[in-house]
Amino acid sequence: MIYRVTHRTKYVYSEPVTVSHHTARLSPLNNATQQRDEFTLEITPQPSVRKLRTDYFGNRLCFFSIQQIHQSLNIIARSVVSVENATPPLPQLSPPWEQVAALFRDPVSSEVVEAYQYVFGSPLILPTPELAEYAAESFDKDAPLLVGARQLTERIYEDFKYDPVATTVSTPLGEVLKNRRGVCQDFAHVAIAALRALGLPARYVSGYLRTHPVAGQPRLTGADASHAWFSVHCPGHGWVDFDPTNNLMPRDEHIAVAYGRDFSDVSPVTGVITGGGRHKVQVAVDVEPFRPDETTDEAVSESVD
Amino acid sequence: MLGRHPTDPMIDSVPEMKSQSDAPMTRSALAGYPAASGHYDELLDADGKVRPHYESLVEHFDRMGTEELRRRVETCRRLVHEQGIAYNVYDAIGSMERTWQLDPIPFIIGAEEWTELQKGLIQRARLINGILADCYGPQDLIASGWLPPALVFAQRDFLRPCHGIVTAENLYLHFYAVDLARSPDGRWWVVSDRTQIPTGAGYTLANRLVTSRILPECFRGCRVQRVAGFFREVQATLARLGSRRTDNPRVVVLTPGPYNETYFEQGYLARYLGYTLVQGQDLTVRDDRVYLKTLSGLEPVDVIVRRVDDDFCDPLELQNDSMLGVPGLLEATRAGNVVVVNSLGTGLLESPAFMAFLPGISRHMLGEELRLPSAATWWCGQKSAATYVNEHLDELIVKPAFRGPGKTIESGRKATEAQLTELRRQLKFAPHLFVGQEHVEYSTVPTWTPQGITPRPVLMRVYLVAGRDGYHVMPGGLVRVAPALGSSAVSMQSGGSSKDTWVLTEGEVDETTLLASASNEIDLRRVGNNLPSRLADNFYWLGRYTERSDATARLLRSTLLRFSPETTGNAMPLLEPLLEALTRQGQLPNLKESPGLRARAETLEAELLAAIYDPDHPGSLRGIAVQLQRLAILVRDRTSNDFWRVLGHLHERVARPATSLVMLAGDAVGVLNQVLINLAAFHGMARENMTRAQGWRFLDMGMRIERAIYLCTFLDASLRSPEADNPSVLESVLEVADSTLTYRSRYNLLPNLAAVYDLVLLDDANPRSLLFQLNQLVKHVERLPREKESALPSPAQRVLLECLTRIRLLDPRPLNRVKGKWHESEVGEAIQRVLKDLPQLSDAIAVSYFAHSSISRTGDTFR
Repeated sequence: MIYRVTHRTKYVYSEPVTVSHHTARLSPLNNATQQRDEFTLEITPQPSVRKLRTDYFGNRLCFFSIQQIHQSLNIIARSVVSVENATPPLPQLSPPWEQVAALFRDPVSSEVVEAYQYVFGSPLILPTPELAEYAAESFDKDAPLLVGARQLTERIYEDFKYDPVATTVSTPLGEVLKNRRGVCQDFAHVAIAALRALGLPARYVSGYLRTHPVAGQPRLTGADASHAWFSVHCPGHGWVDFDPTNNLMPRDEHIAVAYGRDFSDVSPVTGVITGGGRHKVQVAVDVEPFRPDETTDEAVSESVD
Repeated sequence: MLGRHPTDPMIDSVPEMKSQSDAPMTRSALAGYPAASGHYDELLDADGKVRPHYESLVEHFDRMGTEELRRRVETCRRLVHEQGIAYNVYDAIGSMERTWQLDPIPFIIGAEEWTELQKGLIQRARLINGILADCYGPQDLIASGWLPPALVFAQRDFLRPCHGIVTAENLYLHFYAVDLARSPDGRWWVVSDRTQIPTGAGYTLANRLVTSRILPECFRGCRVQRVAGFFREVQATLARLGSRRTDNPRVVVLTPGPYNETYFEQGYLARYLGYTLVQGQDLTVRDDRVYLKTLSGLEPVDVIVRRVDDDFCDPLELQNDSMLGVPGLLEATRAGNVVVVNSLGTGLLESPAFMAFLPGISRHMLGEELRLPSAATWWCGQKSAATYVNEHLDELIVKPAFRGPGKTIESGRKATEAQLTELRRQLKFAPHLFVGQEHVEYSTVPTWTPQGITPRPVLMRVYLVAGRDGYHVMPGGLVRVAPALGSSAVSMQSGGSSKDTWVLTEGEVDETTLLASASNEIDLRRVGNNLPSRLADNFYWLGRYTERSDATARLLRSTLLRFSPETTGNAMPLLEPLLEALTRQGQLPNLKESPGLRARAETLEAELLAAIYDPDHPGSLRGIAVQLQRLAILVRDRTSNDFWRVLGHLHERVARPATSLVMLAGDAVGVLNQVLINLAAFHGMARENMTRAQGWRFLDMGMRIERAIYLCTFLDASLRSPEADNPSVLESVLEVADSTLTYRSRYNLLPNLAAVYDLVLLDDANPRSLLFQLNQLVKHVERLPREKESALPSPAQRVLLECLTRIRLLDPRPLNRVKGKWHESEVGEAIQRVLKDLPQLSDAIAVSYFAHSSISRTGDTFR
């Protein structure tokens, strides 16, 4: 599948901003199943400094500074991405989870050093015994790793209610686990924390979903903004993705933009401004199959900080 | 003379000391020093003999005698107090400043031992710098198995955004401090590594200055190495690091602010080394360069010596909610446009878990055996180590391996059974978060106590700096002493004291000082406009608050002199203008609704006393003194110690414990007199000792504006009183305006309304008059830097010129021609206009020069 993605972010400030610095992770990744064919980033007002680099986790990051007085900021990321419809690995054929966890214990196997980044607690994820307990129900003795991960995905889908007002970016994980409500970001965090509590490597994936489904299929939840899911490292297969918000293993309707230990590593746009007063932010994401002659509608979501 | 067996059980009680107090002067204070058993004693060897490197000190002490030493201890305390050496202590209530505890008896290390120690320290610094370079670079140590990956990846102090930043000279660890303890067998052990912000070098310097002053003959006699050479090396290093872009690099010290525990030291060091002390909001990043916001615009910064924690330094890329740092700093560092010392991310190596791996890495990386051992450490992330720790929980100290939120420090050695169970549970769930460490029994050192000189456990912190040709060790260090023999809590937070460290030399004593050597060519500099705008703001308010306390004290004094508890109702109208002025300026409560209250003498007296002493009343003299102290801290690195002392005394005068009201009332006028003398000293210093740079200008502007406001407020209140022409009221006007003598020398008759107002309003030779203040302000405002050269006057100039013109044209004589309603006269109205104009002037100055808007994060866009 080839998609055209448009991600618009607009900030409006109640007072003039004299200088601002931002980082943006908006460029889809190139990986085994996905190819970024085109990418442009349009920023208004014109930044005085604008640089591209690769961050520690391999994501493409744009740093920019705006040094003229401004009261709004517009960021439009446009990309064209080809996604291969690859069949996910068969969960039953994966190794027992204990065997995988053992690779990451002392002494650490040298094959898994890269994945080792993702075994421990991270800024927003602190594995706790409670989370280990929650995970354990899906990981029977000698259960194949991916069977357990698939089951965990399903349980989160069933145990948690999708509720955009129940949590904020800073709601602690313990509270999400207690209240069983949240959004894709929270569900991904719960899954990752649960896996790490068992000593398994899991990472956070931020990205997009196709906005309008194929005829006859339900619209996926989280399609009008950035989406998030998780990935577990399985020797022999590499990273395998799971989407607990939609209870599925992604094929060709998910587009990955950034990997990290948790949301704090991959936030799409962050900034620090001098002045500015109160601000409002508007985000619109549109992911359409690529047909050059057609125009598309954009879904709009609004949030006020 | 020091014949006492080291195992003598008498430790804390030294009965002989008392009986010796009236013994002859020649009795040594060190006689009868009881070395404690089970420790290495720094003064006495196992046979109770004085160690050779202490002999000279002991001889000096013998000659000095106990009484003389006692006097010097007193001097020591006074010097520390007067220099304002302090440490902020945190407790449940918040932070408070605590005076630094300095023990006058120095800690001495012999030349030979020091040479060995030095070699070990330098090796360790090289090793740690190498590990940092690897972790933030190729990570070969992890790939090749010398470092377990979790040690790096599981630590929140491993800052991923800092990975791959190329540092100047491949230096990460510019400064380094090591805590050393000596075990009973006489060996030194590293107890902790300070790799991020090695604190305490400034206190070391302060300790040296005080100790060498109270024990000058000992200091000279003992051939003590000087520490100034080390600080010169520090300057050279920072200049070298900053000189890649400019010949004249600007170095700043970035402080978290006055509430940080070591703020005193930060200002002290900045001043000693000649750098600007800045806060995050003083800096801004433009075009990938860091700039200092000064009165005359942005000035580039080349080197930042940070005293802000790693993850607080850049709110954009590091810890999100920090407002202490500088947004964009990391990108500027990445671009190579600024050098941050120590490099961001160096906190990683403070984890005690690394100690377990240093010997191996030393062999691997340097091809050398580790010279200086660390306290034996087991990192529980390794299976075998975890097993060992679990089996020896009762002997080891178990502590968190990494800095992290909400983790308690558990001491396995002293834990209760319940604590041990909990510890075992945590060790099982997340073993990598803990280390077990062997307890080192600290050595003891003679320490002054009110009961005499007794042994106390001691920990020594030593400092290194990366010079051009490798690391240099400061010949000296910060020695901290535990408050009691059984304690190993040597931190200043927990009530310990400190000592100067004397490193002896067999060679020549290097007499380096930081005063520029005369032979070098030097760039001559004059007054610049580079005062950070935040400091200008602080100076301005320092000026306003000193004058506020001056005016308040004068108004209160004049009131108290005219008031006695027997004052009858008839006298009240004469007090009314004074009381009205004090009320309007917030010193007295507003009693508009119940005017009868004030008619009662006791009520009024209580109010007047509250206006002086009440700590909870922000308008009271004491409240103002607290503000003054706060401001004095903020400008401390730009003012002399005398400023600090005077303001400290001022606070002491009014910060009395609340004794009986009667006592306070009897004292009040005397206290106010003392306050005024203190303020006169302050003004004198400001006038005679401060360079006429921008700091002084803003201080003086603040004073002038405040003086004009108080004067006009009082004059306005007087003119509204029906008794304005009463000689008693006019006398109080002269008193408050400190113009009584001038008036008498001119007129030689009872105060006359027009003549008094002429003197205090319009006489430009009277430094207390309104016109004098306005003239000064005009001069100041003309000399302030302007953003753009413009033919038009600035907003501040405009307000002032209008004000000045109106006052100059006044004729006070018509005041004598009317009776009552004086405030409706031309003079009265002019005063009211001034009272409206002055706040505008203050605002105009603030808008042009103090604008440092706050930074904030824009919300994350996700969800």
